[in-house]
Amino acid sequence: MTTHLNETTSFDADAQGWFGGPVEGFGGKFMPEALMKALDELDAAWKGAKADPEFVAEFDAILRDYANLPSPLYEAKRLSEQAGIRILLKREDLNHTGAHKIRNVLGQALLTKRMGKTRVIAETGAGQHGVASATAAAYFGLDCTVYMGKVDTERQALNVARMRLLGAEVIAVDSGSATLKDAINEALRDWVSSVEHTAYLFGTAAGPHPFPTLVRDLTRGIGDEAREQCLQQYGRLPDAIAACIGGGSNAIGLFTAFLEDPSVRIYGFEAGGDGFETGRHAATIVAADQGVLHGARTYVLQDEDGQTIESHSISAGLDYPGVGPQHAWLAKAGRATYEPVTDVEAMDAMALLARTEGIIPAIESAHALAGAMRIAPTLREELGPDATLLVNLSGRGDKDMGTAMEWFKLGDPDDETGDVSK
Amino acid sequence: MTTTSSAFATAKAEGRAALVGYLPAGFPDVDGSIEAIRTMVAAGCDVIEIGLPYSDPVMDGPTIQAAAQQALERGVRTRDVLRTVEAVAATGVPTLVMTYWNPVEKYGVDRFAADLKSAGGAGLITPDITPDYGQAWIAAADAHDLDKVFLVAPSSTDERIAMTTAACRGFVYATGVMGVTGGKQATTDVVGPLVTRTKALAPAGLPVGVGVGVSTGDQAAAIAAHSDGVIVGSAFVRAILENQGDKAAYLKALSTLTEELAAGVRRA
Repeated sequence: MTTHLNETTSFDADAQGWFGGPVEGFGGKFMPEALMKALDELDAAWKGAKADPEFVAEFDAILRDYANLPSPLYEAKRLSEQAGIRILLKREDLNHTGAHKIRNVLGQALLTKRMGKTRVIAETGAGQHGVASATAAAYFGLDCTVYMGKVDTERQALNVARMRLLGAEVIAVDSGSATLKDAINEALRDWVSSVEHTAYLFGTAAGPHPFPTLVRDLTRGIGDEAREQCLQQYGRLPDAIAACIGGGSNAIGLFTAFLEDPSVRIYGFEAGGDGFETGRHAATIVAADQGVLHGARTYVLQDEDGQTIESHSISAGLDYPGVGPQHAWLAKAGRATYEPVTDVEAMDAMALLARTEGIIPAIESAHALAGAMRIAPTLREELGPDATLLVNLSGRGDKDMGTAMEWFKLGDPDDETGDVSK
Repeated sequence: MTTTSSAFATAKAEGRAALVGYLPAGFPDVDGSIEAIRTMVAAGCDVIEIGLPYSDPVMDGPTIQAAAQQALERGVRTRDVLRTVEAVAATGVPTLVMTYWNPVEKYGVDRFAADLKSAGGAGLITPDITPDYGQAWIAAADAHDLDKVFLVAPSSTDERIAMTTAACRGFVYATGVMGVTGGKQATTDVVGPLVTRTKALAPAGLPVGVGVGVSTGDQAAAIAAHSDGVIVGSAFVRAILENQGDKAAYLKALSTLTEELAAGVRRA
């Protein structure tokens, strides 16, 4: 199975990085002049690399031999019984480091080597992209610095330890709200000073052009594989596909291969936090307030003066007040549907998958599962019990066991509230 | 009325560089910032930049970030920034707003330009938009007769410097270091070649101001020898941070620093 790095769709950005054009669309490159040359160089290097068969072959070999890809497409039979339709899971949780993110970092680090740079920097929220970046840096022998909000370093001490063990320097950021968006700000500040020898491994399909395109290209293997696997195993395309969305890299990675299949319905599930109506959420597309954040015009959680508002979600990986510009465009163009999933719904779905399939999903991925279970009755009603819904299981839940222990009160065997079967 | 370019021209006629001073609006509070900036004008700033505090200031180091955050926590609004512009511009000094892009877009680009103009503002300095992504601002600025100050950096290609300076009005802001405000010091080995390249590629007569990494009179003198203007921000913010809560003390510190810098730009 080879990746389709160099394929295009009618929903791609133009040469300036606009999805849907500069007037009506999203994306662009709203960045300090000091970084424009580096962004242009990255754009040119990526165009060259993805058209180079040697680069593509090397990337594919690393994904296969090191990252355990392609990931299986698995029919979740017991979950399907509950859903009333066929549910297929794209098992990105089985990848090396436990999530889809390894695809992006290995690709960007390979590109870094090709560009002759010796150091990588990354931002991280919960630490997953940081761990993946530290892993890729170790694999390629690059220096690595990871910026992480101070609040997050305290919440995710285990991931800090992982990054350090992998040889990365972790810098706790205590400016602003001391979370993911501030880690991005600090990584950008580093990059302004170090751009000559340093590459910024951006963690999601957001940010200034070319990052939304670069990260999309590197993660689109999720959908390319799943589409081929579905055709091979079932002789047909799925009727619908679903993924969770924070910045949106796993979702765009799944969606891209299906964008030109009009029969396939596309769903993205954002973090609804305490409930969209409470205002404490990370459902950026549902809120639909246009702005510019971290280099791109997109949907942004912001106040009336354009100051960024902090997002809220039980899932650190979805807790971001912006979203990738291609998702904003897919929503506006009507090609994909985006809905919020609350913390409660996501945690219920986490327990459901654990008990029906013996798979503990990341809380991020549990948002996609919860959304899938929500739309399943409609699909069954319209298409019958043979309806097929493909869900991206973007990551495994080991990292979330602290949250799960607290949420389900799993720590004390004598406490029956921890028995999720009840 | 003194325009930005006439302030640079006056300085040039006096055989010196212009001194451009920056403070964020609403820091330490709205009225405090007005008084602080007026003090800087009285002590010798030729041009004023008023910062619009923003939640995600990627070009700023810890000093200006802290000031902006404090201003936001105290509830400063975009309309307070415009009120600050009005009070400062009333002194007759050319007064620009330095702002990240999102607050302008949210306010409404044309509405912002109109309100800035009627407050007596001279124009905008935009650290996170470049002319190739700034068409909306360029159109609004031209419609309302406002200065457009874009940035060039040591990493800028010749092609980008030509494109950027062609879109500027008032002056072009050359960043003296590859880095954020209040960090590394600007040095003449970086500034000299950047200003030389910019002068060669810019439309004739466009002044070149150098900012980021300038905080003392001696540095101002060194940079003034290579440029038309010296821009100082973090050092003024620090003067307030170090004397916070004691208005007389920080006004005195601002006045002393301005005089030191004003002497510096005359020493080159």
